Amino acid sequence: MVKVLLGPLEKFIRESGRISIMLIESIIFAFRPPFKLNYIFKQMEFIGVNSVFVIILTGAFTGMVLALQSYYGFRKFSSEGLVGATVALSMTRELGPVLTSLMVTGRAGSAMAAELGTMRVTEQIDALTVMALNPIKYLVTPRIIAAFLMLPLLTVIADFVGILGGYLVGVKLLGINEGAYIGKMIKFVELNDIYNGLVKAAVFGIILSIVSCYKGFYTKGGAEGVGRSTTEAVVVSSVTILVTDYILTSFMF
Amino acid sequence: MEEKAIRIVNLHKSFGSQKVLNGINLEIEKGKTTVIIGKSGGGKSVLLKHLIGLIKPDEGEIWVNNTDITRLKEKELNEIRIKFGMLFQEAALFDSMDVYDNVAFPLREHTKKSEKEIERIVEEKLKQVGLLRFGDKMPSELSGGMRKRVGLARALSLDPETILFDEPTSALDPIISLTILDLIKETQTNLHKTYVVISHDIIGMFRIADRVALLSDGKIIEQGTPHEVRQSRNEVTMEFLNATKLPVL
Repeated sequence: MVKVLLGPLEKFIRESGRISIMLIESIIFAFRPPFKLNYIFKQMEFIGVNSVFVIILTGAFTGMVLALQSYYGFRKFSSEGLVGATVALSMTRELGPVLTSLMVTGRAGSAMAAELGTMRVTEQIDALTVMALNPIKYLVTPRIIAAFLMLPLLTVIADFVGILGGYLVGVKLLGINEGAYIGKMIKFVELNDIYNGLVKAAVFGIILSIVSCYKGFYTKGGAEGVGRSTTEAVVVSSVTILVTDYILTSFMF
Repeated sequence: MEEKAIRIVNLHKSFGSQKVLNGINLEIEKGKTTVIIGKSGGGKSVLLKHLIGLIKPDEGEIWVNNTDITRLKEKELNEIRIKFGMLFQEAALFDSMDVYDNVAFPLREHTKKSEKEIERIVEEKLKQVGLLRFGDKMPSELSGGMRKRVGLARALSLDPETILFDEPTSALDPIISLTILDLIKETQTNLHKTYVVISHDIIGMFRIADRVALLSDGKIIEQGTPHEVRQSRNEVTMEFLNATKLPVL
């Protein structure tokens, strides 16, 4: 009975430790030459540039539905003017960074785990080691740096498009007074809300990349193992992002 | 006495409760092809991976150039690794790079050679394995035999002292297997490197071996020249050799 209860806990502690060690190693390699800039740029393109379209879609519809929902709520006590501030605060503080990270986890995190997992089972990671090259420096560090840099940039896009979407629905579709909409938004949203959202995004970028790389890097058991690693990478990254979001929010705001 | 490239002393390795290597003692001669044969799943790959520090033993020593590599840290180990090349079972080519870049990769990472010099070396290596015109192909576009040849070209690219071969003929048809074996023989004869080959393909291995070692139950039960091993009266050796004979119809 004790074993049943302690087993998962032991696994959790062991895995957290190994992920932390991998993260520390990859950060050390980030500051140790030779710097693999071309690898980093390639990952920045994959994680960042290639995610722009999906982030625009996610941001726009999130902002739009937020405007719609909060409009129905605020209308009951004639405060429709607050819709703009609600949309902007929700996007910049929470939904921008969180939804962006979750979408990138689904798109790029899963691909990282699958790619590294395939490299593991086809011995490409061993091949790097045999060539006296550290696989963490070549495979993990560039992905972590890229995600750390690109997630805040993607979040800026999500925030902007979300607020724009909210504006279109609120002002153009539902007919909220434009002056009240923008005025309240400017009054209630502070620059700190945006900054803190971007800090969150950078932290989520590190989480999703290290968890996905870790899961891929230590894949066992052929094609089935790669599938398992990919699923675990997405689930563990997403849950960790949501838990960390709560912790960060409670300290930041 | 022949000079030794690698000396393995009393090597033990277990995975969980399963004992894979149970006191291996083996000397690999310099400039010769040593073939380690044994059953599939008998620990041959595990033994080979010990030679290059991919796996650490539970007990025992592996001496390369008067250094026991089992005691080395990762950084010191890398200085030894650079003198090794390895051809993996499925070739382990980087599938994000084309053939040319795969062979050029170790040169770009470990030397300060100009792209022009690298191009000359890569072409020379690809020519050695008969794939000169295939530089722009991706690994996924190649057959299994071709991938192994590119793997050999990559393993040769830094002119290592020793090359390790993990089942070079597995998953290949008999004719392609022969071309790979001939290529191994030819490059060894021309370059005089130390080759260590593990395989369960006995007939093929006798074509290329200068020395043969038989691994069974985690131990080397027989070693010598191919002729000596053929004459062996050891029961397991005889059983293994007899299993490869064609049935009389």
